[in-house]
Amino acid sequence: MSELTPEKAKAYWARTSGLMWTMLAIWFFFSFVVHFFAPQLNNIRILGFPLGFYMAAQGSLIAFVVSLFWFASKQNAIDEEFGVAEDE
Amino acid sequence: MANNTQTGGKSFIDNLGKIYGIYTGGFAAFVIVLAILEQMGVPNRIIGYLFVFMTVGVYALIGVLSRTAEMGEYYVAGRKVPAFYNGMATGSDWMSAASFIAMAGTLYLSGYDGLAFVLGWTGGYLLVSILLAPYLRKFGQYTVPDFLGARYGGNVARFVGVIVLISASFAYVTAQIFGVGIIASRFLGISFEVAVFVGLAGILVCSMLGGMRAVTWTQVAQYIILIIAYLIPVVIMSAKVTGVPIPQLMYGQALEKIQALEPALGVVKGHTAAFADAKGNMNFTDGMNFFALILCLMVGTAALPHILMRYFTTPSVRDARKSVAWSLLFIFLLYFTAPSYAVFAKLEVYQNVIGQQITALPNWVQSWGAIGLVGACDAADAASKFALCAGVKGNADGILQLSEFRIAADAIVLATPEIAGLPYVIAGLVAAGGLAAALSTADGLLLAIANALSHDVYYRMIDPHAATKKRLIISRVLLIVVAIIAAYVASTKPSHILAMVAWAFSIAASGLFPALVMGIWWKRTSNMGAILGMIAGYGVCVYYLVMTQFYGMPLWFGVKNISCGLFGIPAAFIVTYVVSLMTPAPAKEMQDFIDSIRVPRGDVKLANAEDAISH
Repeated sequence: MSELTPEKAKAYWARTSGLMWTMLAIWFFFSFVVHFFAPQLNNIRILGFPLGFYMAAQGSLIAFVVSLFWFASKQNAIDEEFGVAEDE
Repeated sequence: MANNTQTGGKSFIDNLGKIYGIYTGGFAAFVIVLAILEQMGVPNRIIGYLFVFMTVGVYALIGVLSRTAEMGEYYVAGRKVPAFYNGMATGSDWMSAASFIAMAGTLYLSGYDGLAFVLGWTGGYLLVSILLAPYLRKFGQYTVPDFLGARYGGNVARFVGVIVLISASFAYVTAQIFGVGIIASRFLGISFEVAVFVGLAGILVCSMLGGMRAVTWTQVAQYIILIIAYLIPVVIMSAKVTGVPIPQLMYGQALEKIQALEPALGVVKGHTAAFADAKGNMNFTDGMNFFALILCLMVGTAALPHILMRYFTTPSVRDARKSVAWSLLFIFLLYFTAPSYAVFAKLEVYQNVIGQQITALPNWVQSWGAIGLVGACDAADAASKFALCAGVKGNADGILQLSEFRIAADAIVLATPEIAGLPYVIAGLVAAGGLAAALSTADGLLLAIANALSHDVYYRMIDPHAATKKRLIISRVLLIVVAIIAAYVASTKPSHILAMVAWAFSIAASGLFPALVMGIWWKRTSNMGAILGMIAGYGVCVYYLVMTQFYGMPLWFGVKNISCGLFGIPAAFIVTYVVSLMTPAPAKEMQDFIDSIRVPRGDVKLANAEDAISH
């Protein structure tokens, strides 16, 4: 179990922070931005759902769940690349 | 430990799938047996009794089997709960009586606006996973105030954290015990005050002997029951109304029919209209409050200690991240179903209730009206038959108009089995689910409060040399004391109780979130900055709540006080930032500590072992 060199630690944290900002952007988009347009989206209908309503009732929620599983595997890949993942 | 072989031992963890598989099968068989008993003429009251006592009995059994005398087991379930099961436990820890019973009703009554709760109570898990849970897991102590103490130089920060934690959690747990009392009194036919204390016994027997370990394994069992109970009635309803048993997909059709009916019924604010005021016009303040509430609920989710401490129990940092994803999936299953309850119930009301002769109303209006959850207020003396009709003036034309119809939020989920024409056994199942939801959340909250008092206040601040045995006794005694106080408050039926639950989110968001996030993500955050930031956020939020709620202070910019975090969160961030820059940067040891919790592998380098313990 090797200690990270300061340079590698810095690179690791830069990658981790980058992923954090990506995830925050996804969070912000599906929590707020898409719903700003709810009145306009409501003019579009899919399977009977007005789209603006659908996004708040289901669409964003699905995006949340999928992005969290994606995040868990992505961060794990970064950990493994830098050799800082825990042993199984 | 002799009882390690019961639960928490290796063979138990390896066989979780089998154990909970058998448990689920057993529960299904139990429901079928009750259905047969009902057909044979066993009275409803007995069915209700069997449901309540059998399920609570099983939880109690798990609680007793999980008893423990080890610190690590008592506080963090031995840190060996697999990600998947911790996700289930978090799901039931999270979903309370409010989610299970009241949310669909809120969606019925407020349409699109109510979706702020659906969004706010799910999206916060992204913040939990990306900003906090993995790092707190790596830190690897027992409680959330432990982190504040270790990162911000000791007991002052710890104590401020405890104050915020207790403020946020206590109102919340009181509401859960209130919910248990409501359900138990309805299905057991006992008085509310007695039911509260019966429910309390159910809660304590789960958590007292085994702490976090017992709570974890009962919460998994409670999740299974609550999700089955939530899905079955609306799946059958969907099959009846649309022919397809997938309510989440099919309620679009029902929505279309509702929107077609709305103009004729004189509905001005449609079910799906976004950011509309009561007249149906788009309105800036309504839109702003929608987004403010989403923000406060999400940030609050990421700061509520009873949720964060669940991720202390996973075997690794990797599992903590995976576990948040599983948690959200399990929570999602209920939350994306809730709007379909609301829509199917509304369609039933619009099609079969409104515009009908009073004498030809469906039976469920009568039966739920009798217990004060529905009101058909056409006749002049309607208030004598329906409690909800007080103050509503009908036109007494013998036909029920929309303006003469009243329904309580709680009725939507509870009455759906009857609206769908299902046997009583399904109503009993729903009650068992609601009870599971309320009990599991109450367990998690009580444990969070009792741990903060026993571990953070007593052990860390009053008697750091207390022996393990004494600490465990203290925490059990405190658990009982807190539970009794909460039950007493619940039994007085405080009028602001539902508002207080929503306040918990804003309080936690303002008081804890900035200090936790900045402690991990900004090394420059100083002790003084964080402490003053917590006080500022908590102070602003509580001031706004109390002044607007009780002293008639006008709202700032029209922001409802449920969203006081909209002021508290930025206040805390700004104060923490500014004061940190004005005070010296944390020492090298503290910087090393932060570096060590940012990386999954390796040891945690505590800056000052006195500020945190690791045994």
